[in-house]
Amino acid sequence: MASNATHQERAPQDRAGQDSPPRDPTHLSGGLSGTAPPAAPDSHGQSLVGGVLALIRNIWRRLTSMRTALVLLFLLALASLPGALLPQWSLNTAKTANYILDHGAWGRLLNRLGFFGVFASPWYAAIYLLLFTSLVGCLLPRTWEFVGQIRMRPVATPRNLGRLPHSADFFAPGSPDQVADRITGRLRGWRLARRAEPSGSVTLSAEKGYLREVGNLVFHFSLLGLLVAVAVGKMFGFEGSVIVTAGPDPSAGFCSGSPAAYDNFRPGLLVDGTTLAPFCVQVDAFRATYTDGGQASSFVASIRYQTGGQPSSSGWQSRELQVNDPLRIEGERLYLLGHGYSPTFTVTYADGSTQSRTQPFQPADSAFTSQGAVKFTDPPGFVGNAVLDHQLAIVGIFAPTAATRDGIMTSSFPAAQKPGVAIEVYRGDLGMEGGKPQSVFAIDQAQVQKGKLRKIDRATLAPGESKKLDDGTVVTFTGYREWVSLQTSYDPAQGWALGSAICLLAGLMTSLTIKRRRVWYRIGPGQAAPGPAPDDLGHLTGGLSGLRRNVVDAAVGGPGPEGVGPAGVSTSRVEVGGLARTDQAGYGDEFGKVASFGRT
Amino acid sequence: MSINQHLADLSYQGFQAALAGYITALVCLGVEFAARRQLSPTAAEAASIGLRAARRGGTAVLDRQGPDRSGPDRSGPDRAGSDRLRPGDSSPQIGRIAPPTRGPREPLSTRLGRAGLVVLIVGFVAHLFSIVSRGLAAGRAPWGNMYEFSSMICAAAMVGCLVVLRRTRTRSIGFFVLIPVVTLMFVAGTVLYTRVEPLVPALKSYWLLIHVLAISLSTGVLMVSGVASAMYLLRSRYERNLVAAGPIEQSVTTAGDAGPERSAPVGHRSRLGDLPSLATLDRIAYRTAIVAFPVYTFAVIAGAMWAEAAWGRYWNWDPKETCAFISWVFYAAYLHARATAGWRGSRAAWISVLGFVSVVFNLFVVNMVISGLHSYAGLN
Ligand code: HEM
Repeated sequence: MASNATHQERAPQDRAGQDSPPRDPTHLSGGLSGTAPPAAPDSHGQSLVGGVLALIRNIWRRLTSMRTALVLLFLLALASLPGALLPQWSLNTAKTANYILDHGAWGRLLNRLGFFGVFASPWYAAIYLLLFTSLVGCLLPRTWEFVGQIRMRPVATPRNLGRLPHSADFFAPGSPDQVADRITGRLRGWRLARRAEPSGSVTLSAEKGYLREVGNLVFHFSLLGLLVAVAVGKMFGFEGSVIVTAGPDPSAGFCSGSPAAYDNFRPGLLVDGTTLAPFCVQVDAFRATYTDGGQASSFVASIRYQTGGQPSSSGWQSRELQVNDPLRIEGERLYLLGHGYSPTFTVTYADGSTQSRTQPFQPADSAFTSQGAVKFTDPPGFVGNAVLDHQLAIVGIFAPTAATRDGIMTSSFPAAQKPGVAIEVYRGDLGMEGGKPQSVFAIDQAQVQKGKLRKIDRATLAPGESKKLDDGTVVTFTGYREWVSLQTSYDPAQGWALGSAICLLAGLMTSLTIKRRRVWYRIGPGQAAPGPAPDDLGHLTGGLSGLRRNVVDAAVGGPGPEGVGPAGVSTSRVEVGGLARTDQAGYGDEFGKVASFGRT
Repeated sequence: MSINQHLADLSYQGFQAALAGYITALVCLGVEFAARRQLSPTAAEAASIGLRAARRGGTAVLDRQGPDRSGPDRSGPDRAGSDRLRPGDSSPQIGRIAPPTRGPREPLSTRLGRAGLVVLIVGFVAHLFSIVSRGLAAGRAPWGNMYEFSSMICAAAMVGCLVVLRRTRTRSIGFFVLIPVVTLMFVAGTVLYTRVEPLVPALKSYWLLIHVLAISLSTGVLMVSGVASAMYLLRSRYERNLVAAGPIEQSVTTAGDAGPERSAPVGHRSRLGDLPSLATLDRIAYRTAIVAFPVYTFAVIAGAMWAEAAWGRYWNWDPKETCAFISWVFYAAYLHARATAGWRGSRAAWISVLGFVSVVFNLFVVNMVISGLHSYAGLN
C-alpha cells in the first residue's frame, strides 16, 4: 500500500544510518520523497559520554514519537477521569469531605494520592508536562522540515506511477514537451517542478495543500499557547467572593483593594494581595422574579460602583448586574453569583436599650428555606466576664413564604410572600473570644455541649412579632432584606487563552479540510500500440489499493486506441500518479480532473 | 415571553410521529439487514461483477454488489448497481403508467429496506417540524433542557446519517445509527420530557444558542461516527474469525487505507459479512469525525467563554467540563491514531468508540447523576 509507505514508523533502535528519522514522518516527506535528513550515523568511539548521549537521544526520540504522543493523550484522558467521577475539593469541599468520611481508609488513601484534587496533583502535572515536552520535541523539527519543504522543489517523479493510489495512463497528441507545456499551463495553484529524464521523458511533479501542514502546526502551537495562558492565569490571577446585603445604607457595599475586603479570597500562586485594583461597589437593591411554579426567571442587582481607593459621593455610576452579564472594571470582573435573604432582628434589653442586626441566612432548598444565626455579642450593662454570660444568639430558619408542617417551618415559594422565622434563642458564651473563626451561619455547637451556651426559648414569628425572654429581654423579628453574593475575578492571561483557542480552531479546521496532495506526470514519446491498453494492466495489477476509487481515473485513461492522435501528428504517452496524505477519499474527483489536463 | 401551549402540543405530536417513523424504519431496515445474507453474492461473483464493470469502462470493484450495495464514493459501484435502470433489459409497455420493469423483481426485504428509508425521511421531516414548533412555542431556541437537547442530537444524527446514506448507499448504516437514535428519542420523550417553560436565568444568554447548538450538532454527528466505528469493529472481528476458521475457498483481498479487507468467502453467510467493507466504514467514521470534531472544539471553546461570563472563570473543571475535555482528548487521540503506524484500523476504531461512549456518558450520567454547575431546567 503506497500510502502506507509514507507512514512507516521505525523504532528508534533500527536506525541503520541510511533511512528516515524515527519520528513518524507523516508529512508527505516520508518514504516517497526521500527529503528526510539521514539520521546521524552511529558513533563508533563508544565512550561513556557517547553512550549516555546516545541513550538520551534514544529517550528523546521515543518521547517525541507519534506513538508516545498517543499513549500520553490516552493517559491524559484516563487521569482526568477521577476528576469527573469523584467529588473535588476545588468544587465542593463539604461533599468531598463527606465522601472521604463515607469511604474510610479508601477515602483517606485516595485523598492522599490526590484523587480529590486531580488537576492539581503531581501525577496529572507529570502527564501533561511530558505530553507537552513531546509536543515541543515533535513540533520544532517538523517546523524546520516544513520550511525546508517549502524551499525545495516538489519531489521527483517515482518510477512506477501505476502503483500509486490514484493513477491514469493514456496517449495524448503532441510531443512530450508540448504536452508538458499544456499541463503546466493548467496546473494553477500547484507548486511545480519539471525535469527531463535520460530516457527522453519529461516529468512534472506538482504539489498542493501546504496550508494543511501550516494549519497542523498552528494547531499544535496553539495548544502550547493555551497551556501557557492557563498557567499564567493560575499564577497571577485571583478570585474573591463576598456577601453583601442589599439596601440604601453604606453597609450594603464593599471596597476591593485588599484581600480582607472579601469573605473568601483565593489568590494565584504568585499573588500577594497588594496589587488588587481598588474599586467600590454599592448594592442598592436586588430583584428576583419567578414563574408561578417557583422557577426563577430573572435576577437583577442594581448596583453603583466607582474606581479608585477613596469613594467620593459624586463618582458613582449605576449599573444593573445580572447573571451572565458581569461588570468589567479595571481589568477585573464582578459577578452576581447567588442571592438569599437576610432577616433583621432587634433585641430590646431589660434596660431599654436596643440592638439590631441583619444577617444573611443560607438557602437550603430551591424555595429558599434558609438557615442562619444572628449573634449579639455585646449585651449592654455588663462588664468583664459577665458579658460572656449574657451574649445572645438567634438560630433558626427564615422562610420567604412560610408554611409550617408538623411543627417544622419550610418555605413553599422562593419569593417573599409571607415571610416568617422559626427561631431558638441561646444565651451564654458564644465562644468568639478565642479567635477561632466561626461560621457566620451557625453557632459553635461545642459551646452548647460544654454547657456554656444554653437554649432558653423558641418562637415562630411573623414580621413585627416579638418574643419576651425570661429575663425581660424582647426579641423582635423586624423584617428582612436580600443579600447577593458577588465575586471578583482576575485573570491577566484569559485574553491570551482566547486568542490561542481561536488559533487552535482555525488551525484545526485548516488542517482537517485541506488535503495535501501530489500529482506526477511522466510524458514520454509513444505511439499507442494495438492490443491491450497499458492502463488496463496498470489498473488490474498495480493499483491494488486504488482499485475501488479509480472510476474516474479509468474513465480518463480509456482504452488505448482513443489516444492515438491524427496521422502525422506525434503522440505522447502520459502516465499520471496521484497521492493524498492521510485520507485518500475525495481526491479521486480532483485527480480525475488534473489527470485529464494532459489529454488535449 | 408567552408560551403557546397549543403549538407545544403539536410539537410533541411531531416528536412522537418522528419516533414512530424511526421505529418503523428501524424495523424495516433491520429485517432487510437480517434477510440480506441469502442475497449476498459470493466473493467469486463479486469479483466477476467487478471485472465486468471495469471492462465496461467503469471501475474494477472487488466488492460485492448487493442490491443496493456500493462503495464509499459517489463514483462507487452504485453506478453499476442493480437499482439502475438497464435500458436493454426492459421493453416499454405501452399504456402502462408505471416505471419500466426493473428486470427480476426485487426481494421483499430489499423493498422493505427502501420503504424503511422513505419512512425514515418522513419521520425526519416530522422531527424537524417538532423542533421548529417547539422553538416557536417557547419563543426561544429549542434547546434549553434535556428533552430538547436530546431531540436536537437525534436530529443532527439523522442529518449525518442521511448524508452518509446518500453518499454510500449502504442502508445497513441507517439501521445501526437508528438503534441509538431510537433509544435516545425514547428516553427523551418519556423520562426527559418537560413541558415548555421559560429558561432559568442561568441559561438566559446568547451563549446558550451558540454553545448548546454546537454541542448538540457535533454530538449527533459524532454518534454516526461512533456507530460506524462500532460497525468497523464488528466487521473486523467477523473477518478475523473467518481467517481463523480455516481454509478459505475463495477470497479476494483488496487493500484499503484502513488495512486489509476481505470479502466473505463462499459458504460463509454471517449477517456481519453484509456490513459495508472495512475501508468504507473507516472512511465514514473518519469523515464524520473530522466534520464533528472542529464543531465540538468550537462548542467547548464557546462553553468556556460562557463560563467566563457566567461563573467567573472560563474553566472550572466542573464534571461536565472535565468529561467534555476527556471526550475531546479521545477524539484527538483518534485522529492521531489514524496517522500512527500500527494504530490505524481496529485500534483507532476502539478509540473512536471510547470517545463516543464518553460523549454519551457526559450527556446522561453526568447530567443526571453527577451534578455540577451545569444545570438544565426541568431535571431536578
Ligand atoms: C498536546 C496534545 C496533542 C493534541 C491534543 C493533539 C491533537 C491533534 C489533532 C486533533 C490532530 C488532527 C488535526 C490535524 O491534523 O491538525 C493532530 C494531528 C497531528 N499531531 Fe497532534 N496533538 C497533540 C500532540 C502531538 C504530539 C506530541 C505530536 C508529535 C509526536 C503530534 C503530532 C501530530 C501529527 C504528526 C499530526 C498529523 C496527523 C495527520 O497527518 O493526520 N501531536 N494532533
